[in-house]
Amino acid sequence: MILLVSELNAGKLRPSAREIVTAARALSAIGDEIHALLLGPGAAAAATEMAGYVSHVHFCEDAGYEPFKADVWTAAVAKTAADLGAKAVILSASRSGLSYAPRVAIRLGAGLLEDVIEVESDGATVGAKRFTYLSRVTESIRSLGLPVVISVKVNILSPADPAAGAGQVATIALPIDEAANRVEVLSQAKASTGGVSLDEASIVVTGGRGMGGSEGFTKLIEPLAGCVGAAVGATRAVVDAGWRPYSDQVGQTGKSVAPNVYIAIGVSGAVQHLSGMNRSKTIVAINKDKDAPIFKVADYGVVGDLNDVVPELIKLLKL
Amino acid sequence: MKICTVLKQVPDAEASIRTSGSGVDLAGVTFVMDGMDEYGVEEAIRLREAGHTAEIFTLALGPRRFEEAIRTSLAIGCDRAIHIETDEALDVITQARVLADAVKKEGADLVFVGGKEADWDSSALGPALAEALGWTHLDWTTKFVLTGTTIEATHDTDAGNETVKLSLPAVITTQQGLNEPRYPTLPNIMKAKRKELRKATLADYAAHAPLTKIASEAIQVKARLNKILSGEGPETAKQLITLLRDEAKVI
Ligand SMILES: Cc1cc2nc3c(=O)[nH]c(=O)nc-3n(C[C@H](O)[C@H](O)[C@H](O)COP(=O)(O)OP(=O)(O)OC[C@H]3O[C@@H](n4cnc5c(N)ncnc54)[C@H](O)[C@@H]3O)c2cc1C
Repeated sequence: MILLVSELNAGKLRPSAREIVTAARALSAIGDEIHALLLGPGAAAAATEMAGYVSHVHFCEDAGYEPFKADVWTAAVAKTAADLGAKAVILSASRSGLSYAPRVAIRLGAGLLEDVIEVESDGATVGAKRFTYLSRVTESIRSLGLPVVISVKVNILSPADPAAGAGQVATIALPIDEAANRVEVLSQAKASTGGVSLDEASIVVTGGRGMGGSEGFTKLIEPLAGCVGAAVGATRAVVDAGWRPYSDQVGQTGKSVAPNVYIAIGVSGAVQHLSGMNRSKTIVAINKDKDAPIFKVADYGVVGDLNDVVPELIKLLKL
Repeated sequence: MKICTVLKQVPDAEASIRTSGSGVDLAGVTFVMDGMDEYGVEEAIRLREAGHTAEIFTLALGPRRFEEAIRTSLAIGCDRAIHIETDEALDVITQARVLADAVKKEGADLVFVGGKEADWDSSALGPALAEALGWTHLDWTTKFVLTGTTIEATHDTDAGNETVKLSLPAVITTQQGLNEPRYPTLPNIMKAKRKELRKATLADYAAHAPLTKIASEAIQVKARLNKILSGEGPETAKQLITLLRDEAKVI
């Protein structure tokens, strides 16, 4: 059987919960029985929704699973996987997922297929594709056996359709192992993207150093993002300058995104930035330098001063 | 206190990546210490400068060429280094097991490792290493304060960031924002040549069977339309919107 760990955001299923169902169905050679595990407040309600996609849903409402702690999640997921005899554990490659998947792999003695964009199985092993070398290379990787732990890149696989019948829903007792609870959260700061998580947004508008300052973001990037329902992104140059928080950063060390549309404004297109967005379906660039590397990956580009082009875009989109 | 900084040597980000046959061809590529690992080396040295009595050792697992990056860490200020030399491309989980054995053997209270590798694009090494050691870990760390054996740190999360408290021993994965890594000075580069760089092999540690293997590698190409407009702001803005609405149908 295959165990999915579906993530919640404020008590609701994340869109990626259906993407990992797609991954699980692609591994039918391992087994058709797909179980989902939901942890934390809101798990009960989300479990009913999840039952539309898988054969069994196990949920535990314990408030100790929120906020996310790698130690605590590792213990719960590894125990459930071991108890159920899971041949594959699949979760989404969010920051949290990437943080505990390796720990679960070690605990289960499983191979890790990390941040994958494609999976298949012959029943005895699992093959996957993932990006390497700052997203410039696609690597085909294969487990040498089972079980495996798989983290699936967000926003790449299409969300699964509901299954024919509804799955069984049951609570599961997974008390927090206090001895394993070694990190105390003192405070949390939310990203400025206002609820739309950057890596799940279908449109991202990113400003670079060319914005000239934080006003460039409040006067141009945010209004433009508002017109099209986009999340705001930034380059490292921008977050280093303190114009935006680090959590807005896209790239090798920031978020990795693959939205339908990525609009890069005043961004030069350094390798480390491209590595976080070069899988976007459509890329739009606005830059005054016609030789800026960002144009090489752009579907649509405007060579011009952003201070002329962006206000005009906002005006036209508001019509 | 003993601090371990784990590092990798990777192609320079500006180096162009080629393939030959079914794999990446690294011949002729310039290699550097992984930028993400530099933050850990810097943080370890800063801890000592802030008054923590610490021995700092570098630990690396990889081919002979890693030596150069290891020497750089010694020139920046690490006291000594252990290089587990191998040409085998071990998977990250197996690497973590071997490195954990080495950390146990040397003894350490704190391990720094880069948050994401610039060659394998993997962020698994830190968490896996912590698990293999039975320690806790903190990833994507942007602020780190150690008082006695208590750590107060800030790190990035899915929703933004959070400030947490934890105790040694711990594995901390580092990233930009944590500090501004220094460059080695010429005198320190000379001094580093005399620091201990101990070689080890996989045979010095318990055997761990690999769990995954790379089957092939290919350059990732996504064809782009490259429709580049130039002209007056208002006119190009109008054309762009038309293209996005009617041709790409994305807004
Ligand atoms: C280890 C490491 C990790 C890194 N990780 C990341 C990462 O995760 N994300 C990231 O983004 N970077 C990362 N970087 C940094 C990266 O190398 C670049 O320095 C950075 O992306 C540059 O940001 P930028 O494009 O905003 O600025 P610049 O390179 O300065 O580009 C500004 C652009 O704006 C244009 N411009 C200026 N004024 C205007 C105007 N009025 N109208 C139109 N265009 C204008 C310019 O022509 C220029 O192309 C990393 C670097 C290292 C070493």
